[in-house]
Amino acid sequence: MPDQVSAKPRRSIGGWLLIALPYSWLLFFFLAPFFIVFKISLSEIAVAIPPYTPTFDPATGWRGLVKMLGDLSFENYVWLTRDSLYWKSYLSSVSIAAVSTLITLVVGFPIAYGMARAPTEWRTTLLMLVILPFWTSFLIRVYAWIGILKNEGLLNQFLMWLGLIDQPMTILNTNIAVYIGIVYSYLPFLVLPLYANLEKMDASLLEAAADLGCPPWRSFWTITVPLAIPGVIAGCFLVFIPAVGEFVIPDLLGGSETLMIGKTLWTEFFTNRDWPVSSAVAVILLLILVVPIVLFQNQQQKAAEKGL
Amino acid sequence: MAKKPIGPVRRDFAPWDDPQARPYIEFRNVTKKFGDFTAVDDLSLKIYEREFFALLGGSGCGKTTMMRMLAGFETPNAGEIFLDGQNLAGVPPYKRPVNMMFQSYALFPHMSVEANIAFGLKQEGMPKDEIAERVAEMLKLVKLQDFAKRKPHQLSGGQRQRVALARSLAKKPKVLLLDEPLGALDRKLREETQFELTDLQYELGMTFLIVTHDQEEAMTMADRIAVMDRGRIIQIASPAEIYEVPNSRFVADFIGDINLMECKVTARNGDTCRLQSVEFGCEIDTAQAVDAAVGDTVWFAIRPEKVRISFDEPESRVNAVTGEVWDIAYLGDVSIYHTHIANEQTVRATVANRSRVVERPVGWDDKVWLSWDRDAGVILTR
Repeated sequence: MPDQVSAKPRRSIGGWLLIALPYSWLLFFFLAPFFIVFKISLSEIAVAIPPYTPTFDPATGWRGLVKMLGDLSFENYVWLTRDSLYWKSYLSSVSIAAVSTLITLVVGFPIAYGMARAPTEWRTTLLMLVILPFWTSFLIRVYAWIGILKNEGLLNQFLMWLGLIDQPMTILNTNIAVYIGIVYSYLPFLVLPLYANLEKMDASLLEAAADLGCPPWRSFWTITVPLAIPGVIAGCFLVFIPAVGEFVIPDLLGGSETLMIGKTLWTEFFTNRDWPVSSAVAVILLLILVVPIVLFQNQQQKAAEKGL
Repeated sequence: MAKKPIGPVRRDFAPWDDPQARPYIEFRNVTKKFGDFTAVDDLSLKIYEREFFALLGGSGCGKTTMMRMLAGFETPNAGEIFLDGQNLAGVPPYKRPVNMMFQSYALFPHMSVEANIAFGLKQEGMPKDEIAERVAEMLKLVKLQDFAKRKPHQLSGGQRQRVALARSLAKKPKVLLLDEPLGALDRKLREETQFELTDLQYELGMTFLIVTHDQEEAMTMADRIAVMDRGRIIQIASPAEIYEVPNSRFVADFIGDINLMECKVTARNGDTCRLQSVEFGCEIDTAQAVDAAVGDTVWFAIRPEKVRISFDEPESRVNAVTGEVWDIAYLGDVSIYHTHIANEQTVRATVANRSRVVERPVGWDDKVWLSWDRDAGVILTR
């Protein structure tokens, strides 16, 4: 604003400390580990401890460091482009995550909408019910789906009892089981931000729409949905981002043909003990995820500027 | 016999006095309950075409519920509502030929001013070029031509209010409902808009129903006012009648400032009657017939601006009391003198400050006489 003094605000030592805390957290627990992983991804596999070369021995000093840096190469990244397994895993992960996110949205929107329209005194209870699954370990809940989805599991027994099918359907160890697992596990992450968004929507807007001759089914699409978009985007990213790197669900519910980058990474690291290649896989995965995060933040900022 | 009009007559328009006139909006014995709370209690009301009608009352009196029932957002528990002869029961809000200007304006935040105004027209399926024409016409009407592309959050409060008005007028509804339309505006803007709305209503020939708790808003704009309290209508009359001839202590007290004196009827004689004040003991002579027997308790109500204040003792002790000035509120244009009579009871007198210099001004603790004309006050029996 022109009539405001444009001098920089002076920060006290306490203020600097306050800002330094989250930044040093990020530095020590995100940036430093990332550089270690990045360095390993540029190394070569070796039969040694740790299982890669070159390593840096502080005793060799400055010259040792320069020598080590000289030995690093992008060999592993080139390797990732040669073997189709990797890019197929990435593609398959992104597509499984995208499809699951879409299904989660289709399932989650009515839930969030119903909660936001519920009588005020019910809302806290409904909110609790959405969070309730978190009280059980994630691993146990995914395990439980094995019991439901397997050939002689609850779902097949129930469908056969109803007479809908004669013989059990194979759901477990297919991509369908992975979709079910992801949608189930990540549903609250979509419902919560969407509910927060829908709940603060001014009910008089829908009344105004009705007053101007717009029937409720149309005002849902012209008023409610456009205003819910920030919530939809927030919820979708909260599902999509962790789903891309998901390991437990495809491992437990998916089959041998389920390709996901999390599983590939696990095999590379623990079965092949190839730290450099698995580090390269991890770095690329991070890059794939950083792009949507940046998009998401941009969107959030725009929404904040709009004052929505 | 033609009724002698009280106060200024806005225009030659009084269908409510004509028993043949067909009401445009009619509430018939309407009751609305929210749980145990009765918001509207067995209420009947007739509003006529081209009328500017105000529902006036404090919060929780049921005025907003009345409007919301007419718009279709609430369903009455009992009774019927008619609009232009059509029973509105079962007609959803989006099919009613009424439009409402919301108290919060309820502008769609994701749409431009233009799109907000066009919204209702699009629902009708009006052709695009006609919509553009009507939107331009509405923007001109509310003087917002330069703001068509703005979003609501880029506008000031007064501009938003105009957009809301344009949006509710765009469909040219049979009835425009205004829910506390000027509440969020500052005083200057409010006064301006009040006159603009009255002009607009006259030009467009629509029926306006306004809900407000602000008596000034109702008085300046409405042809008739219904004063509501606890789900019932206490009085329906023109603004001047409401002010000059309130029918009850509630209305007298609600509208403007008034002195209320508890009195006993001492004599009745055709069109006049005599009262004696219980608190002050003074005799009151009025040119008003009263529906009470000698000895009954009634209330004599007189507006402060109709009370004279002077140092000189009046010739007659009738319609006069004496007291001591206890407090003076100087408001610039007028001064209000709070005068203690007997038992710390106060009578207020308003005096217009006609000149800047007064020879002997009335001051604090001065002994003064308060007096009034025979036809200045009204007798209230409830």
